[in-house]
Amino acid sequence: MTTTLPTTPAASVRRHGHSTVPRSAAMLIMGVSTVYFLLPLWWLFVGATKSREQFTDTQPLWFADLHLFDNVRELVTYRDGVFLRWILNSVAYTGGAALLGTLLAAMCGYALAKYRFPGREVIFNVVLSGVLVPATALALPLFLIFSKMHATNTFWAVFLPSLVNPFGVYLARVYATAGVPDGLLEAARIDGSGEIRTFFTISAKLMSPALVTIFLFHFVAVWNNFLLPLIMLSDERLFPVTLGLYSWNTQVNQVPELRGLVIVGSLISIAPLAVAFLLLQRFWRTGISTGAVK
Amino acid sequence: MTQVATPPQAPESAARRNRRPTRYTRAIALFVAPFGVLFALFYLVPIVYAIVQSLYVVQRTGTYGPAREVFGGLAQYRLVFSDGPFWGSVGRMLAFGAVQVPVMLGLALALALLLDSGLVTGRRFFRLAFFVPYAVPGVVAAIMWGFLYSPNLSPLKPITSTVDLLSADTVLWSIANVVTWVYVGYNMLIIYSALMAIPTEMYEAAHLDGASRLRIAWSIKIPLVMPAIVLTTVFSIIGTLQLLAEPQVFRSFSSAVSSTYTPNMTVFSMSAIPNFNLAAAFSVVLALTTFVLSFAFLKTTQRRGMP
Repeated sequence: MTTTLPTTPAASVRRHGHSTVPRSAAMLIMGVSTVYFLLPLWWLFVGATKSREQFTDTQPLWFADLHLFDNVRELVTYRDGVFLRWILNSVAYTGGAALLGTLLAAMCGYALAKYRFPGREVIFNVVLSGVLVPATALALPLFLIFSKMHATNTFWAVFLPSLVNPFGVYLARVYATAGVPDGLLEAARIDGSGEIRTFFTISAKLMSPALVTIFLFHFVAVWNNFLLPLIMLSDERLFPVTLGLYSWNTQVNQVPELRGLVIVGSLISIAPLAVAFLLLQRFWRTGISTGAVK
Repeated sequence: MTQVATPPQAPESAARRNRRPTRYTRAIALFVAPFGVLFALFYLVPIVYAIVQSLYVVQRTGTYGPAREVFGGLAQYRLVFSDGPFWGSVGRMLAFGAVQVPVMLGLALALALLLDSGLVTGRRFFRLAFFVPYAVPGVVAAIMWGFLYSPNLSPLKPITSTVDLLSADTVLWSIANVVTWVYVGYNMLIIYSALMAIPTEMYEAAHLDGASRLRIAWSIKIPLVMPAIVLTTVFSIIGTLQLLAEPQVFRSFSSAVSSTYTPNMTVFSMSAIPNFNLAAAFSVVLALTTFVLSFAFLKTTQRRGMP
């Protein structure tokens, strides 16, 4: 592609020696980007530690008197601890749906990759076009169906639809095709292991980087889902934390003390996802390229 | 691409194999059925149901008479296509996407290339720092930025006192900034993972030949990560047309955001009235528009020789 001219080692050394300018420029861009991405979170953190008066009167980017614990106490006791309930709801909706959903997607994707059976391609293509159907387009018809069964405004109305993750099936199939050798499955069969047992003891382990990726994608999607709970739920005791914070935020103009609660609540609502990301970061990086490169 | 590599077989044994009944039927059913049933119930049935609902109209005998649903053919779709605010909101989202998606993905690509260039020390830290906003739910990100844009609270006073970031002219781009802030790191990570998967031999030779880093990035790295860029673009197109949480939150901060500001907000406000049949028709049209756009994008990039 490029014409090959013999270069001396000296030339290449010189080039490296002169790279201080691009190096500083690169670090400058990195630094500015870091400020852009982290400053809002810093502001939120600082704001959450302030009392109501100091929130408006003091320098927004630096601490005043430490009020964080009082703020948290006010938050979790406000209206009989409804905020804690929202957090628990979110964990139940999200953790439950992501765990179960990942398992279901993994089994389906694995079967599509490792077995030949009639209808295999049809199933895969239908599921794949499911990826292109925006989840929000389903929220309204789901609401209509659940209301026919008098099941709106229940835990299940949000939980059950959240289990389905077609992109997870796609990722699981791609990864099982590449990561689970047929020979190994054959060997397991000769050893007398049943198909189901082989999946849980051998294949699932081999697929674990992909499973973590699927789990995290799914976790984020459900944690961030807004339209479905917004349409389905009217009882605030069933709200996930995002919907709860949203409802408080709409009342800030009438009930000014809610503003402080919204700030502290926002900070706390970010924590579970941040922790999950940090813990699973290593897996998540190796797995994410599976979906992108193919 | 995803075809299973079958061991080489004589043709006649392959043919016999096809006629043989499927093995492990029970295991396959056990693997596929749980997802399959839920997918049918919560994906396929709602789609069909939305289409059916959109073909009905509510009729009343007199003003206060009992309502009943009768088949109305494409009556709801006539309403959808003559609904100015809805198409206004679709146009608004197309303008939004035409600016925000390239800016966001350009930033993501630039940061990924810089991280991969060998010019940056502390890569682990930067990767995490850029990715953290993705852990912030859209609602929370919008609440946070909403406060940051508000003139009386913001640490950005020099900016907010000269430009009203929440006025009718600017609020769309203020929302675009929120979406960009959340998703740059996520897209960067996808592109960066693809960059890491390129074997270094691919550009070591070019480097020895004296090609600059910029040239290597442009001629070697970017073409090789094109599949990742296409994937992130498709997801971004889908995401843009579905925008709901951020603008819905911004209604508390700016009176310029109406209840029909984005297509999904129209669907939601129609269902709150309630006019379910019309809302269903909106949903169907929106899903189709999204599907056609992302599909068209995939096809054009494929035709141009990109995978």
